[in-house]
Amino acid sequence: MKYLPLIWAALWRRKPRTIFTMLSIVVAFLLYALLSAVNAAFNAGVEIAGADRLITTGRYSLTQVLPFGHLQQVRSVPGVTSVAGQSWFGGYYQKESNFFPQFPTQIEPYLEMYPEIVLPEEQKQAMLNTRTGAIVAKTLADRYGFKVGDRVPIIAGIWPLADGSNNWEFDLVGIFDTKNPKERSMYEMLLFHHEYFDEARQFGKGTIGWIVIKTEDPDRNEEIVEAVDDLFANSPNETRTETERAFNQSFVKQMGDIGLIMSSIIGAVFFTLLFLTGNTMMQSVRERIPELAVLKTLGYSDVGVLALVLAESLALCVLAALVGIGLAGLLLPGIAAKLPGFSGLALKPEAFAGALGIAVLLALIVGLPPALRAMRLKIVDALAAH
Amino acid sequence: MTEAIVSLKGVTKSYTRGKQSVEVLQSLDLDIASGDFLALMGPSGSGKTTLLNLIGGLDTPSGGELRVGDARLDQMSSSQLTKWRANHVGFVFQFYNLLPVLSAERNVELPLLLTSLSAAERMKRVRIALGVVGLAERAKHKPGELSGGQAQRVAIARAIVADPTLLVCDEPTGDLDRKTADEILGLLQILNREHGKTIIMVTHDPKAAEFATHTLHLDKGRLVEAVALS
Repeated sequence: MKYLPLIWAALWRRKPRTIFTMLSIVVAFLLYALLSAVNAAFNAGVEIAGADRLITTGRYSLTQVLPFGHLQQVRSVPGVTSVAGQSWFGGYYQKESNFFPQFPTQIEPYLEMYPEIVLPEEQKQAMLNTRTGAIVAKTLADRYGFKVGDRVPIIAGIWPLADGSNNWEFDLVGIFDTKNPKERSMYEMLLFHHEYFDEARQFGKGTIGWIVIKTEDPDRNEEIVEAVDDLFANSPNETRTETERAFNQSFVKQMGDIGLIMSSIIGAVFFTLLFLTGNTMMQSVRERIPELAVLKTLGYSDVGVLALVLAESLALCVLAALVGIGLAGLLLPGIAAKLPGFSGLALKPEAFAGALGIAVLLALIVGLPPALRAMRLKIVDALAAH
Repeated sequence: MTEAIVSLKGVTKSYTRGKQSVEVLQSLDLDIASGDFLALMGPSGSGKTTLLNLIGGLDTPSGGELRVGDARLDQMSSSQLTKWRANHVGFVFQFYNLLPVLSAERNVELPLLLTSLSAAERMKRVRIALGVVGLAERAKHKPGELSGGQAQRVAIARAIVADPTLLVCDEPTGDLDRKTADEILGLLQILNREHGKTIIMVTHDPKAAEFATHTLHLDKGRLVEAVALS
């Protein structure tokens, strides 16, 4: 601690240079923190996937619809306790920026399969008794001011009504939450009856997007997956069944390998940062050769001088990283509020630890060459040359 | 006869430039008494600064025996010399060599950071050292805010703050005007006479040498003349 004033003063020797270098590091870590949060949000579905839930889709693509009749056949497979068909509605509320997922489904089995969704019993009953009913996540209700009893208009992106209009309307009969508030972002959606959807839509009648299956024992998943896909083998509508976790993983990958994209961006940013920060540290030490020689003259050891330069590099990188992460922490709630499905957007402790680890590594990489130079300098030569 | 604090026996120092070996100091024998104020004079390249560097433990001799106090500097490793310098020598340079980013008091504190003294004790000693050089009121100023003479006083305070037995000064007044130089030399004289510091000072300036108790002349790496001044 007693060397802190010395390290701090050396760090701010050339204020503009230090400020600009710090800003670069701040931006890099801000980007890192934001992308980490986005990556975590994308993978949140994978984390919370139920071990006893399977998803059956068209064999070749998620966009390949399945006949509604598949549902009944899947239900008859031994070990399957419940099934629900679902489709992607793809509409929005009032304007396109108000997009959030909507799914027509069989409400009763769906809620049974997802016990993490909490809906008051009377609202559940109201939903089951209302053909045009819908239930919506609490986060969405809070964001758009929905109340039970409202008539919610949704503009269809894919499925027009039989009369050609895109203006669907639902009677909001329930607002659900999740048992674990951290899982709210994964269930930001509006659910409505498949029967109403199928009757009212213009085309695609008698089909569903995919099937959610609940198994009686996760240990039997493998056997059930095989049995379900065997049911439809060599039919015009072959299926592909996988665990919900695997499905969510492949769904995220369909949008691109978010992890790889993030790593590539971060890698490029930090590679550039290495040169920038490295150059700053080299310059800083180069212009301080006589001062470092004086420290050695006064009795500072070679290792002591090396440690001082490394500490300076650490202070620069870690401080800037903390500012970047702090800024991300301030910005994330605002970003989450604007992005549907990302209400849980937050910096995870492991991302914070990762950022600190990167900052320390960066500091060591950029600080070591000048620190070694400082350590090796000969007092007599350094003083004579300046 | 006062006991010698610095003793050189057959000390040589040579450098290699390319394939050529240049002998800067040639078999030097010298004793410097404790409490002496010695001026080392001689033309450029005569080996004054090299000799000063050897005595200050900044460099090691190529041959011979170099003793300062109880320490055999010629037998010490680089890290041993580093520790020895911290405990026994104070340095004053021609261009002050203060750290521009630190205040006067932080500059003076630098040698004390290597000790186990508490922050309060360090500051107490810093204030005393700055008081000795008459700059207590400029403690918070950075070197850029001080005149040349004031900066050199801060450098002297830094040199004495750890209470070394030996002060080595390389052209301490080379960058100062006559009046300021005399003030600095007067201060060194006080440190020598009143505080008992042994001072070895390299200078080109005969007037500066007049402040010393002895003068040694070096030429081509050899001692050519010793003058005792009153």
